[in-house]
Amino acid sequence: MDGITKRFPGIVANEGVTFEAAGGEVHALLGENGAGKTTLMNVLTGLYRPDEGEISLYGERVSFGGPRDALDAGIGMVHQHFRLVETLTVAENVLLGWHRPRFWLGGKPGRREVREVSEALQLHVDPDARIWQLSVGEQQRVEIVKAVFRGSRVLVLDEPTAVLTPQEADALFNTLRVMAREGHSVIVITHKLHEVMAVADRITVLRGGRSVATVAVDDVTPRSLASLMVGREVADALRVERTHALGDAMLELTDVSASGDRGGLSLADVSFSIRSGEIVGVAGVAGNGQRELAEVISGMRPATDGTVRVDGRALRSGDVRRAIAAGVAHVPEDRLGTGLAPSLSISRNAVLKTYRGPPVARGPFLLLRRMTEAARSLIARYDVKTTGPDAPARNLSGGNLQKLVLGREFQGSPKVLVAAQPTRGLDVGAIETVHSYLREAAAEGVAVLLVSEDLDEILALADRVLVLYEGAVAGELEAESATVEELGFLMAGGARAA
Amino acid sequence: MKLERRLQQPWWLSVAVPVGSLAFAFAVIAVVLQATGHDALETFRDLVDAGFTGNGAMSATLISATPILFTGLAAAVAFRMQLFNIGAEGQLYLGAVGASWIALQLGDRDATATGLYVVAMCVAAAVLGALWGLIPGVLRAFARTNEIITSLMLNYVAGLLMTYLIFDSASYWRDTSTLQARSFPQGKPMPEDSFWPTLGSSVVVPLGFLVGIGVAVAVWVLYSRMRFGFEVAVIADSPRAARYAGMRTRRKILSVMALSGAIAGIGGASQIGDFTHTLDGSPTGLQAAAFGYTGIVVAALARYNPFAVCLVAVLIGGLQNAGFFLQGVDFPSGLVGVMQGIILFCALGGELLLRYRLRLTRSRSGATVAEAPS
Repeated sequence: MDGITKRFPGIVANEGVTFEAAGGEVHALLGENGAGKTTLMNVLTGLYRPDEGEISLYGERVSFGGPRDALDAGIGMVHQHFRLVETLTVAENVLLGWHRPRFWLGGKPGRREVREVSEALQLHVDPDARIWQLSVGEQQRVEIVKAVFRGSRVLVLDEPTAVLTPQEADALFNTLRVMAREGHSVIVITHKLHEVMAVADRITVLRGGRSVATVAVDDVTPRSLASLMVGREVADALRVERTHALGDAMLELTDVSASGDRGGLSLADVSFSIRSGEIVGVAGVAGNGQRELAEVISGMRPATDGTVRVDGRALRSGDVRRAIAAGVAHVPEDRLGTGLAPSLSISRNAVLKTYRGPPVARGPFLLLRRMTEAARSLIARYDVKTTGPDAPARNLSGGNLQKLVLGREFQGSPKVLVAAQPTRGLDVGAIETVHSYLREAAAEGVAVLLVSEDLDEILALADRVLVLYEGAVAGELEAESATVEELGFLMAGGARAA
Repeated sequence: MKLERRLQQPWWLSVAVPVGSLAFAFAVIAVVLQATGHDALETFRDLVDAGFTGNGAMSATLISATPILFTGLAAAVAFRMQLFNIGAEGQLYLGAVGASWIALQLGDRDATATGLYVVAMCVAAAVLGALWGLIPGVLRAFARTNEIITSLMLNYVAGLLMTYLIFDSASYWRDTSTLQARSFPQGKPMPEDSFWPTLGSSVVVPLGFLVGIGVAVAVWVLYSRMRFGFEVAVIADSPRAARYAGMRTRRKILSVMALSGAIAGIGGASQIGDFTHTLDGSPTGLQAAAFGYTGIVVAALARYNPFAVCLVAVLIGGLQNAGFFLQGVDFPSGLVGVMQGIILFCALGGELLLRYRLRLTRSRSGATVAEAPS
């Protein structure tokens, strides 16, 4: 792949990316979230068309009109979320959509071929087992068999270990090496350093949509990889020194654990405290417990263990209403859908948390005029660009959505503010606005927990930084003296890989 | 050709679309009528006459409209929260059972007690209907069962229960006073003082219809002016936003199912008090009318707006009555069904245009799929 550029409205996902994988190697594509890894692979597998640049396969220039073309050319992809029909057998899934057999998927020759392919790769999947009976790791093996069976010589795996246990991951790595020995090109998208060190022959690092370097695994250490991955110059000018003094501990977490959406532990014994007026950043690669942490504090997710205290008083686990009453404001990761009800009007969204009492309600009745007034003052105070308080929230742009959410959350004069990815997807101007609101809140004595994947943002705003890795606090640093390299190292589980 | 979601709905659209759909429906019907050798204009005139303008037509229409007004409101209050209570049918039966029980309990009193009967029957019906509606509600809230299936299945249970009360048991509701009644099962007749009064002379308005209008107003206040409706709207739009705002979704599912069941139940009370004056448990009685299912159509056509439900109930009631009138030797009942079907089909199809707009585009060949960063 040479000089690949892919733009989406408002952002450039890939810019002049050059990427090359040889036959017989396992090639890791490493980068932070939003570095453009998935976009690049979607270009390779024909899902997107590049705006610029070209793709060559075995020295021949190719152009894919769609995923089907890429598949026919021998490029297979194992997605993070499997594309399998749960009620069908393994053989049926492998054969489904393939040009033969035409009608009857359960025939003997097909089953035999599927078995042969899986034996050749030492994958050991039973062609007659039904998908729903298989573990996640086994399902992934089915996906690999499916790709190989269809003649893929280049196999792309998108974050293959995200759903696996460590043992399953080791087994997967063995398989990948077997495949490479057989002459396949295996491309693994990942942001975990220890995996890269364990499985890859060569590594291409993407950062901010550009390819930064392609290196052989023997020439690098986890630490040097981490700095390649996140090694931006921190813009010193961004950091504004705090002028206000810190107060007492306002938010305290003691040994908090919580389970994830798919079961399993997503937070493990997390303890920390934030003082009034302090901003604490939470860094981590997506999916390491940040979202769950924010949800536990706001009461949306019950903690399985431990306590959350606000201003010295313990919150009842999983009770949003009490958390709101205790002064916990929450800017959720998902603004439209969680933070706001998309089809409802701005004025309704403006009172989403305060509709229960005065001034917008009297007893069980709503005071519609007061609701509109509240919305109008919010729109004016936080400069929300909209056609009016009756417009549905979904018509607002990203930055204005966030202003609306922030404005609403500040109105209850909160004690604690949990801001999850508050600037994700926003443009520069909106980011600055959000940053200034967060600083303002801290100056007024709010304890701010800032969850972000943008390390620059964290280093610019926070007083302290916590790094979450696999649901546990992997490190705590003073923001002033912390370096991006150090954070990147901890975020990628470097403490474990080293 | 492409359908895309409208970002904003111009206000006139909510008037233009139903009117346009109806006009289109009648155009299609005209074609069908002409093709089958009937005079379309003549038929339309008969239709309007028999349904609405003719002598006594409006009174008959209101009788048909009353039960579907209740079941329409019952469906609307639940559907507004994306809670698909298909069980208004069964909840109405239970309402009828409750209302007839309390009326029989109160027995003969004097003519001034009518108000007492009406209130007692409505309350008993609402309670039983609500309890029946709560069964799928509890299952949905605590066991995440699909309420469409459970509420639908309970309709059959409720129907069989009613049949059992009259046909297969010597229950409190069954009339066993005479030899004839013992061999031909029927419900006990209600005391005459429990008959609900009617209003008006040239157009006879059943009291139940007025109660239904009252319920519609109450529903409107509850859903547009009260916290209850605010929560329903948020939960319907985004359950996650509701959880984020600290709303108790489970509790709301229970209240909405109970409310929906109660409204359908009062519809059952109106059937007893206004019209049948006995619990008709036979499969060809109350159960054959399928008020509950028609109510779903009424609610959908009214876009779950309680006032529109009143209007649509009268319209559908009129169409049904006109249908009975139209069919005859040279006008098969099947054709009446076809006409009603076309009207409903166009009205519901027009809904699509309210939320989406058609756009003519030339499709690019080999266009890329879903161009959005993942």
